[in-house]
Amino acid sequence: MNNQPITAEDILTDAASLRWDLGEKVHESLMESIFKEAASIAGDVVSISEKKKKTWDHSLDWLFTSKLTGFPIMFGLLAGVLWMTISGANVPSSMLAGLLLDTVHPWLKAMAGQIGMPWWLDGLLIDGMYLATAWVVSVMLPPMAIFFPLFTLFEDFGYLPRVAFNMDHLFKKVGAHGRQALTMSMGYGCNAAGVVACRIIDSPRERLIAIITNNFAVCNGRWPTLFLISSIFVGSAVSSPLLGSVVSSAAVLAVMLLGILFTFAVSWLLSNTMLRGEASIYSLELPPYRPPRILQTLYTSLIDRTIYILWRAIVFALPAGAVIWLLCNISVADQSLAEHLIRILNPFGLLIGLNGVILLAYIIAIPANEIVIPTILMLTVLTAGVTGIGEGAGVMFELESEGDTAALLQAGGWTLLTAVNLLLFCLLHNPCSTTIYTIWKETRSVKWTALAALLPVGIGVAVCFFVAQIWRLIAHSF
Amino acid sequence: MENQTCSPTPACRSCPSANLVKLGEENQNFDYMIALAGNPNTGKSTVFNALTGLRQHTGNWPGKTVTRAEGGFSFDGRQYKIVDLPGTYSLLSASPDEEVARDFILFGHPNVTVIVADATRLERNLNLVLQVLEITDKAVFCVNLIDEARRHGISIDAAKLEERLGIPVILTAARQRKGIHELLQAISDVASGQRVCRPYRLQNEPPELKEAIHHLVEKIERLFPGLPNARWVALRVLEGDKRMISAIQSGELRQLYNIPEIAGAGQTT
Repeated sequence: MNNQPITAEDILTDAASLRWDLGEKVHESLMESIFKEAASIAGDVVSISEKKKKTWDHSLDWLFTSKLTGFPIMFGLLAGVLWMTISGANVPSSMLAGLLLDTVHPWLKAMAGQIGMPWWLDGLLIDGMYLATAWVVSVMLPPMAIFFPLFTLFEDFGYLPRVAFNMDHLFKKVGAHGRQALTMSMGYGCNAAGVVACRIIDSPRERLIAIITNNFAVCNGRWPTLFLISSIFVGSAVSSPLLGSVVSSAAVLAVMLLGILFTFAVSWLLSNTMLRGEASIYSLELPPYRPPRILQTLYTSLIDRTIYILWRAIVFALPAGAVIWLLCNISVADQSLAEHLIRILNPFGLLIGLNGVILLAYIIAIPANEIVIPTILMLTVLTAGVTGIGEGAGVMFELESEGDTAALLQAGGWTLLTAVNLLLFCLLHNPCSTTIYTIWKETRSVKWTALAALLPVGIGVAVCFFVAQIWRLIAHSF
Repeated sequence: MENQTCSPTPACRSCPSANLVKLGEENQNFDYMIALAGNPNTGKSTVFNALTGLRQHTGNWPGKTVTRAEGGFSFDGRQYKIVDLPGTYSLLSASPDEEVARDFILFGHPNVTVIVADATRLERNLNLVLQVLEITDKAVFCVNLIDEARRHGISIDAAKLEERLGIPVILTAARQRKGIHELLQAISDVASGQRVCRPYRLQNEPPELKEAIHHLVEKIERLFPGLPNARWVALRVLEGDKRMISAIQSGELRQLYNIPEIAGAGQTT
């Protein structure tokens, strides 16, 4: 037999029959001998001095992951980071807005006037594209420059795996992967980044669940909406400004927690219907704590995250600004396109406790959530017929104080219900176009991309509808 | 090689290893290719950054590197390309990141595979080391985070470890850039063949597995004479690895090692 030429098929047939005989044992016995031999080598070369075995790491781990203190500390830190972001971003945001909107914008207008630019080009370029971009920069840059370094410091320190550890059994209960806690955390920065991070989940089923539910982590672009609306309608109910910022932070935190609730609910739903299966077992390592390198962290989080996401927002804000300006300035039958669209969307908007302006703003803002608020304000001025505020059709602006904004929104027919539902809709709507594109790139499937895009907006409409009906029922019976 | 001296370039003065030139992503022409393997969260990306001067994002959580990163550097006048593989605990499962790492070490022909380990968790990290040593002969073991281990009162006998594993063992603290020069020297020695590794191979498999491996190795070596790691090929086929099965079927295994086809032996389908 030894003289017979051997073929690939021989080897594979032999292997198959041997595999049959050995059964599951191949993998297990191999792993077992690897473990044994690794232990013997390690035992030979590693020595541990008894005195130092217990360190502060152990106490920290206990504090961060015990049943009693794990979750309170987690939510406490989250709330703290949110509060620092909200209260810290105010001043630089208004400084940037002062520069870009109040100084540079009039200067650009004057320049355009001097070189005799036609009104429509001036409007499209400066009132449309420039202002939309300036708005995005002044609203986004400061909170991101605070949030991302803080987040990266926690990441560098080694806190994130502890968060995953705390949430692990919850995710397992709903049939999802424990690492989804990490991808969800990334989603709070940017959903597109969160979707890419889902690659750390091995099983395709669990990765899809993580990708589809990532949108329930409120991304950075949606914060300005949450911050503004919650401070106008929730925070202003409290007289002291400090307490007001605490209360509005609490409202933002509530929306985020609701998002986590939806993450679990939808994960559970998916793993019991379209993506049925068992949660896979994986080993979650709790890495040692490492003192964060402050300067390097600041540098990398600014370059890798802040600037990257800001750039993306700018790229999308430019054309969106042009679209908004055109919608407001192209008239058909004596009314601008925007007014027509708002009139069409209004009945449905009111039915679900929102209005046509908000719906149109969300359609225009598909490229970037950041421009929702300025679009809403501008469209409200256009349709509510408020005079003396704003700078003309299709011009994005920022109001001097939150009181002005509140007055404007109330003139536009806004109530507390509109505000609450906007907060809900901000959480529960389609992902931005970058995220949708990223989902397609990661899944290469139209079906899953469509589901990921449409499921949240479907849930959003349903939730807003029910809240509106219940709200009106209660309001009616009083 | 040992006679070569570093020509003082501006980049040399700024880096601690006098003859290291970081090339960032310029890695089109290279003399040697290095694969960087290791458990998740052992500082692989930090080592990668220290060697290439790139600023790949690092983060203290397992699974951060989801794509393969590549970079280059030059040491002692030789150009190196370095590939940062996703962190894995093992090379034996079917998960995509383990497949990427496993296939690269076998089919990507790195001249040296550097295994980065966490010094505070040496035993578990050794599981991966033993698996890598099943695949390849040319490896360097980089025991990173040695500063942290010291803080925890852990000391590691590098000389003994080197003796047991049969490959160079370097203790590093990449965040503080300690041991990077020694690591480069070891990589260069193994890549150039100045230092020949005698890697540790598993010895205690159960007899029936040993027998099955032996049986297959004999046949595989007859079909693919000169194959450097027939034992690993046998193991993978026994585990039903589809990539390996198709490499045998198509004869790809032969091309990968430039093994001449012997008349009458082997049939490509």
